[in-house]
Amino acid sequence: MAESPFKEDIERVQKEYSEKMTLGAVAVIPGSSVVNKTGSWRVFMPEFNKDKCVRCFLCYIYCPEPAIYLDEENYPVFDYDYCKGCGICANECPTKAIVMVRETK
Amino acid sequence: MAVRKPPITTREYWAPGHAACAGCGCATGMRLVTKAFSEAMEEKYGDPDAFAIAHATGCMEVVSAVFPYTAWKAPWIHVAFENAAAVAAGIDAAWKKKGIKGKILAFGGDGGTADIGLQALSGMLERRHNVVYVMYDNEAYMNTGIQRSSSTPYGAWTTTSPPGKYSVGEDKPKKWVALIAAAHQVPYVATASIGNPFDLVKKVKKAAKVDGPAFIQMHCTCPTGWKSPIEKSVELAKLAIETGVWPLFEIENGDFNHIKIQSPGGGAKVKREGGKVVAIEFKKPIEEYLKMQGRFKHLFKRPEAMEELRNQIKEMWKVLGVEVTLPKAEE
Repeated sequence: MAESPFKEDIERVQKEYSEKMTLGAVAVIPGSSVVNKTGSWRVFMPEFNKDKCVRCFLCYIYCPEPAIYLDEENYPVFDYDYCKGCGICANECPTKAIVMVRETK
Repeated sequence: MAVRKPPITTREYWAPGHAACAGCGCATGMRLVTKAFSEAMEEKYGDPDAFAIAHATGCMEVVSAVFPYTAWKAPWIHVAFENAAAVAAGIDAAWKKKGIKGKILAFGGDGGTADIGLQALSGMLERRHNVVYVMYDNEAYMNTGIQRSSSTPYGAWTTTSPPGKYSVGEDKPKKWVALIAAAHQVPYVATASIGNPFDLVKKVKKAAKVDGPAFIQMHCTCPTGWKSPIEKSVELAKLAIETGVWPLFEIENGDFNHIKIQSPGGGAKVKREGGKVVAIEFKKPIEEYLKMQGRFKHLFKRPEAMEELRNQIKEMWKVLGVEVTLPKAEE
């Protein structure tokens, strides 16, 4: 499994973030929004079937989060920490390799 | 099987964890624009990070910069509603003086561009700053609760243009800021849409590589404000192109006689004369685009308003020098 491209950001914000107010209210850590795990918003979750995938990259291109990144073979990997379950990826997938299923917790 | 390469850089400038609604079309737009922009910077200056972003108040500013966090991984400044273009121009002037190589990207919503920031935009374009201004057009003030802007299309419901017995919803035609920007005779003006990401990326890269100002009006869906299903965001944007509601064109140096018009797809017949598009016969009725959105629901009970919207779309295409035929939906 490939690593998230935001792994460094997550580690950095955990290490460097402090409650102290910065001068001019500047957000000093780039990409620090990664602390907000928006995956909890989800009702339906995308389920990925690798055999059907033709690697057209449409899900990767359209994902607004981005909660989809690519592994070594350039297959999409779903980051359920951030996926809000909008279903654009499943709707646009030409081979229906992605289906939305109701999540049970 | 060989490993296929993604069509766009895997560098991300838009981090997850931002507060955009699920299915936000504008968030996809932000992500693609910054990716394309960094690719262009790499090709032009050899440094993918040679850009800074000035961002007007708007949906994407509010969701991406919830203090103390930021979703941006590029130098980014939030400014007041009206002056994203002015601040971008200021950064450009400072960079020129300091000899920093790079280009400035400015973002504004349709309210921040078409209504509030229009004079700052005009000034920036007129002073020929090295700035690419991207207007993400979701056709109303979405972050304050869906009020109409001058970019709201005819017939649309918003909280300040409610349809009813005496009203059809928004009763003014949509303002096309791209045409206003083109009248400044700037090097590059285009419209784009998240419904055609490859065209969008191509246009952003082209805009980033010209010397001088460029303007892109990008159509983005807003499931919250348009009352559309969240998973259909991209499909809707695609339908807007295929039904003729959203034109894709490029105008270089304000040359209105040589407007480049991209083929809308969706089975539309494009007629060319001497390399120039003169007529388009659309095959998909605009109803197909409208029926997916709650904001146009009332139009289906008002054939005269539907006809007026059709006329306005035809008039808009006439400005581009194209005669269009829009089919009617079968009963």
